[in-house]
Amino acid sequence: MSATRSRGGIRGREGIAGWLFITPVVVILGLFLLLPIIVAIWVSISDWSGKGSPLNASFIGASNYETLLVKPGLSQQDLGASLRNNLYYVILVVPIQTVLALFLATILNARRLKGKGFFRTAFYFPSVTSSVAIVTVFLFMFTGTGVVNQILSWFGIHGPNWFNDPRGVLRLILSGLHIVNTDNPPGWLTSHGFLGMSWYDWLSGPSVAMCALIILAVWTTGGTFMLMFLAALQDVPDDVVEAATVDGATRWQIFRSVTIPALRPTLFLVITLGLIGTWQVFDQIYLTGQGGPAKTTLTPAFLSYQAAFGDFKWGQGAAIAFILFAIIVVMTIIQRIVMRERKTLPRRRRFGTAAPAGTENTTMAASSTGGSR
Amino acid sequence: MSPRRMSRVALAATIGAVLVVSAACGSSGTGQGTSTSSSSSSSSSQSSQSPTQSESSTGSETSSQSSSGTESGSAGSSWTAPAGMPKAKLTILFGSSGTSETDALKAATADWGKQTGSTVEVTPASNLDQQLAQGFSSNTPPDLFYMDPSKLGTYAKAGDLWSYGDQLPNKSDFYPALVKSFTYNGQLYCAPKDQSTLALWINTADWTAAGLTDADIPTTWDQLDAVAKKLSTGGRVGLALSPTRDRVDAFFVQNGGYLVNDAGTAATVNSEQNIAALTFVKKMLTDGAMKWSSDLNTGWGGEAFGTNKSAMTIEGPWMFGALKSDYPNIKYKIVPLPAGPTGTKGTLVFTNCWAISAASKNHDQALNLVEYLTQPSVEMGFAKAFGVIPSVQSAQAEYLQQFPDNKVFVDGIAYAKGVVSAPGVAQVLADFDSQLGSLATGDPKTILNSVQTNMQSALGGS
Repeated sequence: MSATRSRGGIRGREGIAGWLFITPVVVILGLFLLLPIIVAIWVSISDWSGKGSPLNASFIGASNYETLLVKPGLSQQDLGASLRNNLYYVILVVPIQTVLALFLATILNARRLKGKGFFRTAFYFPSVTSSVAIVTVFLFMFTGTGVVNQILSWFGIHGPNWFNDPRGVLRLILSGLHIVNTDNPPGWLTSHGFLGMSWYDWLSGPSVAMCALIILAVWTTGGTFMLMFLAALQDVPDDVVEAATVDGATRWQIFRSVTIPALRPTLFLVITLGLIGTWQVFDQIYLTGQGGPAKTTLTPAFLSYQAAFGDFKWGQGAAIAFILFAIIVVMTIIQRIVMRERKTLPRRRRFGTAAPAGTENTTMAASSTGGSR
Repeated sequence: MSPRRMSRVALAATIGAVLVVSAACGSSGTGQGTSTSSSSSSSSSQSSQSPTQSESSTGSETSSQSSSGTESGSAGSSWTAPAGMPKAKLTILFGSSGTSETDALKAATADWGKQTGSTVEVTPASNLDQQLAQGFSSNTPPDLFYMDPSKLGTYAKAGDLWSYGDQLPNKSDFYPALVKSFTYNGQLYCAPKDQSTLALWINTADWTAAGLTDADIPTTWDQLDAVAKKLSTGGRVGLALSPTRDRVDAFFVQNGGYLVNDAGTAATVNSEQNIAALTFVKKMLTDGAMKWSSDLNTGWGGEAFGTNKSAMTIEGPWMFGALKSDYPNIKYKIVPLPAGPTGTKGTLVFTNCWAISAASKNHDQALNLVEYLTQPSVEMGFAKAFGVIPSVQSAQAEYLQQFPDNKVFVDGIAYAKGVVSAPGVAQVLADFDSQLGSLATGDPKTILNSVQTNMQSALGGS
């Protein structure tokens, strides 16, 4: 009995000590993470005017969300436009930067490449440069008489005035193919809409200005993700690759059936980070057109800032931030479902039997790679 | 460097963006007497008003200030150091156009400090709106700050501003259009600090090369269109305009229309006059007489003019500095904007005011500083230092004597309109700007109808 009691006593003290040890983290997280989020939620459902403490504001229910999502008006239109712009941005940036990063990593991982260090640094360089500096350089490169248009003119192409061109690229292509007449758009597209914008506007595609930002984003973040892929590629078990070669697999087959499955966790990480980063794009927008031309580079993150700090609609600004948060969570969940491991995949099973041995050899392969360098 | 700098100048110019009020209808305030420019009559009208004002205003602090203001006013000259005012440490946050403005403001406030024993900390803002927002929310805003009229409604509605206009001894000395710009719900919130209006800038070399003489200077829209077409040669466009309502609205005024009615209570964006005016602007765009500055690879009208991509532009007096520093070889002439079809003259006025925070603990001292800074002599000092036009009418004669070239801008104030200041309007106007970019292919009526809807809901929501 007494032994049990003393054990309980020790456990009790353990508990106190435990709490004591995690107190700093709890306090810091609570103060800088949890509390701001709670206050932001409160602001999004209050009529805080930006004066004094938000806690003195009064509760107005979901009216900020209603203004943004349901009530026809400028706020709804702006949110609609920003979601459209950002959606095109995500759809283009995430796949392109992922493929580009994987491609660059595969090249760098090739055994016989000379000057590996140089290329690795060169490709990674944009990622460690200040985005403000890069955007400024891009602003010069993409002016109407800038470097990009000079180069295009060598090929007889008259380049657009990039950052001032609000025309939607998809619409330009469709009208170029005479599928859509921009002077007389189809009525079934213009008469219906969502979030204050007609379907015709939703389907305009990213503007030329947004395309310049897409190029910028791919170029800057490609390097970061390349490094992640490169690290993962060096962990791909060499013996499995050898076995596949012996089985007569082509290089493409090896890439598809050995490399890509081995990269699955990294691929998931890269796409998740890409999704989150692209939905939150802000600094490029702030530095280029602040949403212009014609609101085609407006994004929810910038709109949130503008509503709060520009128009003093703090509730709306916070509400936009939570709408954006919901979008990111939903997109990530969808992506998880799409990319989850399917246990019944026949091709996987074939290599799956070799997995236990493979795991062991991975460490050997990794150490031998390390030794060879 | 140059384009960045240009866009910053353009930004500074647009920050002033305001609308105006027609001088003819400046009757919204309380009866402030008929006299205008004499400072002695203005101070006497102030002293006759102050009893009612101190009753209607709020705290005891305010009413004591009101009486001390009267004392200094009745002392004769527009400003004297008040006796017995407690010393204070004031802060001013402002959007600076450059070191000359910062230095001039520092010198003027130091001078005031010397005479009153107070100290003033002058801080140029890197992002005025954002820094103010942070100040308001933490209850530590600067005592004084620059405010453009488009922010008036938003700040006043949130309770961030101390409305001190009625306590100004020199209230009637300010140009009526400026007073109207800073009047919200019938109260003058703050003292205008300067003013700028728009005029037509003409490149004289291009002008004579096209065979035009002084007799051809456009006074009507048709003449403007005609000379712009003549000047559109050799890869140059006749007229370049920044694609913003802060230029286009001038055409509305010239046609007898505007975005809101005189009282500022109802939207009149899609009036017949405005539709006709915007249709005229579209015609100039489509027949090649005019282009948006952004379509000329430039940041604003002044850059298009300075790089001679256009022979004319519509800008304000801020162009002097830009032309002098960046394009010294351009020879130019400044003329009033042409009148509309009915002969109505019209332009836009931009201004900033000395706003005082409601949360400031030094209202007395801040108000006294504003009185000091809006004296004709101090405003003239600012005019010489960084090229602004005084906001008080008593400085006009001396100003015109020293800067005869700027007569066109000073004259414009008589028929200029200022910014719509209701809360939430900034978003509507930004939306209008974004639609103007595609005016060449868009329908003026559709554009104005959509702005009308948004404007009406913004005004109704206030």
